[in-house]
Amino acid sequence: MTKHDLRGLTRRQLLSRSLSAAGALAVTGAGFIAAPNAAWAVEVTTITPEQMATLLQMARDIYPHDQVADRFYAVAVRGYDSEEQKDFVAEGVAALDAAAQAAGFDSYVAAGWEEDRVKLLQSIETTPFFQTIRAGLVTGLYNQKEVWPIFGYQGESFSEGGYIDRGFNDIDWL
Amino acid sequence: MVAKFDLNDDSVVVIIGTGAGGGVLANELAQKGVKVVALEAGGRYLPEDYVNDEWDSFAQLAWLDARTTSGSWRVAKDFAGLPAWIVKAVGGTTTHWAGASIRFQDHEWKALTTYGAVEGANLLDWPIDAAEMAPWYDKAETKLGVTRTGDRAGLPGNNNYLVFEKGAKALGYKEVHTGRMAINSSDYDGRMACQQTGFCFQGCKWGAKWSAAYTDIPAGEATGNLEVRERAHVARILHNEAGKVTGVEYFDAEGNLQMQKARIVCVAGNSFESPRLLLNSASSLFPDGLANSSGMVGKNYMRHTTGSVYAIFDKPVRMWRGTTMAGIIQDEARHDPSRGFVGGYELETLSLGLPFMAAFLNPGGWGRGFTTALDHYENMAGMWIVGEDMPQLQNGVTLSEAKDQFGLPVANVHFDDHPNDVAMRNHAYKQGMAVYEAVGATRAFPTPPYPSTHNLGTNRMSAEAKDGVCNKWGQTHDIANLFISDGSQFTTGAAENPTLTIVALAIRQADHIAREMSAGNI
Ligand SMILES: Cc1cc2nc3c(=O)[nH]c(=O)nc-3n(C[C@H](O)[C@H](O)[C@H](O)COP(=O)(O)OP(=O)(O)OC[C@H]3O[C@@H](n4cnc5c(N)ncnc54)[C@H](O)[C@@H]3O)c2cc1C
Ligand code: SF4
Repeated sequence: MTKHDLRGLTRRQLLSRSLSAAGALAVTGAGFIAAPNAAWAVEVTTITPEQMATLLQMARDIYPHDQVADRFYAVAVRGYDSEEQKDFVAEGVAALDAAAQAAGFDSYVAAGWEEDRVKLLQSIETTPFFQTIRAGLVTGLYNQKEVWPIFGYQGESFSEGGYIDRGFNDIDWL
Repeated sequence: MVAKFDLNDDSVVVIIGTGAGGGVLANELAQKGVKVVALEAGGRYLPEDYVNDEWDSFAQLAWLDARTTSGSWRVAKDFAGLPAWIVKAVGGTTTHWAGASIRFQDHEWKALTTYGAVEGANLLDWPIDAAEMAPWYDKAETKLGVTRTGDRAGLPGNNNYLVFEKGAKALGYKEVHTGRMAINSSDYDGRMACQQTGFCFQGCKWGAKWSAAYTDIPAGEATGNLEVRERAHVARILHNEAGKVTGVEYFDAEGNLQMQKARIVCVAGNSFESPRLLLNSASSLFPDGLANSSGMVGKNYMRHTTGSVYAIFDKPVRMWRGTTMAGIIQDEARHDPSRGFVGGYELETLSLGLPFMAAFLNPGGWGRGFTTALDHYENMAGMWIVGEDMPQLQNGVTLSEAKDQFGLPVANVHFDDHPNDVAMRNHAYKQGMAVYEAVGATRAFPTPPYPSTHNLGTNRMSAEAKDGVCNKWGQTHDIANLFISDGSQFTTGAAENPTLTIVALAIRQADHIAREMSAGNI
């Protein structure tokens, strides 16, 4: 990961809207966390890029949907980059990394298999840190209108006249 | 012309809350020429205001004032501050409701006699019966335009229903149809037919579903006898030395305390707020709260034995398209103790959008067990269980240590399942999953109850003053000019969705109040 990969991103640009090819999260070291192909990036101003990367990985491991790109998870957790949440995040991530080190990994993010990371999350499942992140994701992730089509959900329908002429009873396999 | 009454006008009937009970009562009284001031804590929202978006709609309409919880029910853990999903708005929870409108079965008016005493349950017979209620049900069905009653046709079945029906028939169920719904299958009462938009819970933007917000309330206002004051939160009911109620104190939209005098007060704030208000109105004459000589105010809370079953198929269902709850299996509603519990339950189709499904499928759940369910959201079908739960003395509303924005103690809601409730729910989960397995479901989910949508029994009706709060007219045993006009007057819950019965009781109560007023008795 080099600076080169981030060309085209402005500091104001929290997230690019372009589609991301899946790829591991990367800390750029420049106040950004970004996809390796620079398809999206989150700017962090208060918490560290490493902490943001941990939150992103947590989000993916808590609600893993392989067909949902990283950028949607990034939207769901970027709110933790704030003065009020700073200590909360720092302490939570430190505790999670301590659990990872006790289990023989360099850090939570460094544990390569989801299965291993899930075990680490289970070990902190009852903490306010985990519970807050999880609860926040329920709306933070699933209430993004851009996510709905990935699951087939069609959302608002009044403006299109409902489904009376658009397949409310179109099931054909029964 | 919309009426405007003076705060000192002590000839008016004050109704607290404008939902299924209060909204209908207000209109019915106004139609009879009785002057009514209806005080509603929420604001006024009409079809053009409703939003086809689950969380936005929730933020717009739901009751979000503080409440606390206790007891072993899972809601107390998963939704500690939100024991109920109900509405704070003109029209009350009839904006959110799905429209399922079914009568009690005859025997359900007499639960104690029919089931016998059940250990740990505080069962009682209603002081009214099926024959007495029949004409009021007729009027309620006509008012709501209930499908499959009168000459009104049923609704067409949507995808979710077609899956449900096929499975039900495969299991041998006989009473399976698209429900008796307060949703127009064709134009009725100046409102259009259902357009199958699928947001019944978020307020029907077409007005195809009955809601007091745009039917009874404006009809009552048009008589010139009804004034609805919105954003008027009643804090206390006042009484005189003779023990008669004389008016209410409320916080107006600006947060100023006002006092409205009254000849009669009717409480219709739904089953948490109604008892809370009676308890918060305690005085030196009534130290335990108003109408509470029996000690039953806030007790015997019922929420129906509920739960949902969702199932995944190998092909798309798209359950969110079309009416949210137009589908029912009634075969299990009978009383048949050989199943291991008294009373019965209905199974009704239910769909949630993706955002609510994520919140309610398995609250607190995470990891692939959870997410692979949502991955197949498009292939999901769903149903809801609604069965009779047991009234228990310790279940209910007490005043909490916590205070609301006006400094008033909030309702603490305590609930423990009765073993009968648990046995019924488990039976229903099994049957519900069998319905879907019969159509080839690859995976099924026995989903726990949501925050309560049906809230009943906390000011119950009883023949004897010692057993309950109000008599067969909803008139409190202790105070002749104080009435209970909402679901809190239910003696027992029956297996059916409650609103048709709340409406029938409100129409009947209006008749009684008008008669007693002209006779000079109250
Ligand atoms: C999502 C959902 C779906 C439902 N579907 C169905 C269904 O299909 N069939 C069915 O039969 N039932 C259904 N119900 C239940 C039904 O909506 C309720 O049973 C019914 O509306 C209760 O009527 P009520 O008069 O007791 O209270 P509500 O309709 O809740 O009205 C109470 C009103 O009182 C107001 N209030 C409370 N306290 C105060 C105060 N202190 N001062 C002033 N105002 C106050 C509230 O703001 C509210 O507007 C559903 C409910 C929900 C939430
Ligand atoms: S499905 Fe029918 S009743 Fe429900 S919101 Fe849409 S139009 Fe109204």
